[in-house]
Amino acid sequence: MGRVSVDARGLSCPQPVLLATSKMKEIQTGEIEVIVDNETSRENVSRAARASGWEVVEVTQQGEEYRLLLERK
Amino acid sequence: MTEKIRNVFATPAGVIGVGALIGILAALLQKFGNPPNMGICVACMERDIAGALGLHRAAVVQYLRPEILAFVLGSFVAALLAGEFRPRGGSAPVTRFFLGMAAMIGALVFLGCPWRALLRLAGGDGNAILGLAGLVVGIWIGTLFFKAGYSLGRSSGQGLSTGLLVPLLMLGLLILRLVYPPVEGQAQSGVLFYSAQGPGAAKAPLLFSLGAGLVIGALAQRSRFCTMGGIRDLILFRQFHLFSGMLSLLVVAWIVNLLLGQFHPGFQKQPIAHAQHLWNFAGMLVAGLAFALAGGCPGRQLFMAGEGDGDAGVFVLGMIVGAAVSHNFGLASSPQGIGPHGVAAVLIGLGVCLFVGFTNRQRV
Repeated sequence: MGRVSVDARGLSCPQPVLLATSKMKEIQTGEIEVIVDNETSRENVSRAARASGWEVVEVTQQGEEYRLLLERK
Repeated sequence: MTEKIRNVFATPAGVIGVGALIGILAALLQKFGNPPNMGICVACMERDIAGALGLHRAAVVQYLRPEILAFVLGSFVAALLAGEFRPRGGSAPVTRFFLGMAAMIGALVFLGCPWRALLRLAGGDGNAILGLAGLVVGIWIGTLFFKAGYSLGRSSGQGLSTGLLVPLLMLGLLILRLVYPPVEGQAQSGVLFYSAQGPGAAKAPLLFSLGAGLVIGALAQRSRFCTMGGIRDLILFRQFHLFSGMLSLLVVAWIVNLLLGQFHPGFQKQPIAHAQHLWNFAGMLVAGLAFALAGGCPGRQLFMAGEGDGDAGVFVLGMIVGAAVSHNFGLASSPQGIGPHGVAAVLIGLGVCLFVGFTNRQRV
């Protein structure tokens, strides 16, 4: 399955986690790229991903944005 | 770069530790002079600030609470040091202002914010159970809106003023407090109003209030401590992270209260509380729904305002104005019971929150 993307920039709690977890439920396995623009959302999405059995395989920071790569095989 | 722990305060141990520290400091603030079961109460303290500025003239609740100013300034400094200060805003500010007003109006029917609901319970006030139950139901209704696609839209980066104005306002208020200190037996000092009796006259020493506030502000910014978020995440995601911090606050405050002789169990004659169960429940339901729709409990809104979040700042200003309206229009409760227009306050507050919830369902 290819990589899908979730753009959660500028959204306040709990929307970044809600968008990411609904995408995890939708595709079940594969790769999800989640883009957030603050440290709190980065932490929250990472925590929710791990709790749902997904691995946070990569976090890259570009300016104020974080791109999280979530993966479940 | 792989995921690793970069912020120890945002770990489970971190948020539990911060909750515990808030519990200890709140019990000590009460011991050193703050009102009973109100070592910290974001709603009551903002209400006292509204009174100190003369926005309402309820003579017993007027004091420029240094804790609130220090929460924002502590968060501001912590965010600045961590590279997390970022001016942002533009996510439905007017709606957030009204949610702030509704939150405060509901909280003042119960007589406390979520922090004080926990502290009241930790002090033995059984009426807090009704308030907490209302808070949970209000937040649960909020989660239904989120599941239905509720969003106030995206915020975006803003100019420095959006991020700095609320911290600067708090600094300005602190300067006013220093320039016009309370004068024994006088209801006014310079431009500031001071309660001569009642809860507004009960205050811990300035330096202790400021120090505790700065520490809590900084650590809460780092840990993202949020009581509403704790309940919301438990309902929405079955996630205990923030909830564990909230439980920690409750348990530790209870233990410290026991040690300090501040635990008095019962429902009747509890300090700065009434025993009208339905309205304790309903007031906090409105507040809980408003906090959920705005994305943070009143404490968290202060900490986010310190991080440069102008939308959170607007919510805080809405709360302060809501406090003024509450006392000017007889909406706020007192130990004698709900105010003459408390019922109308709850119904209108609920109506405003539902209106906001139903009219902001969108798929982002």
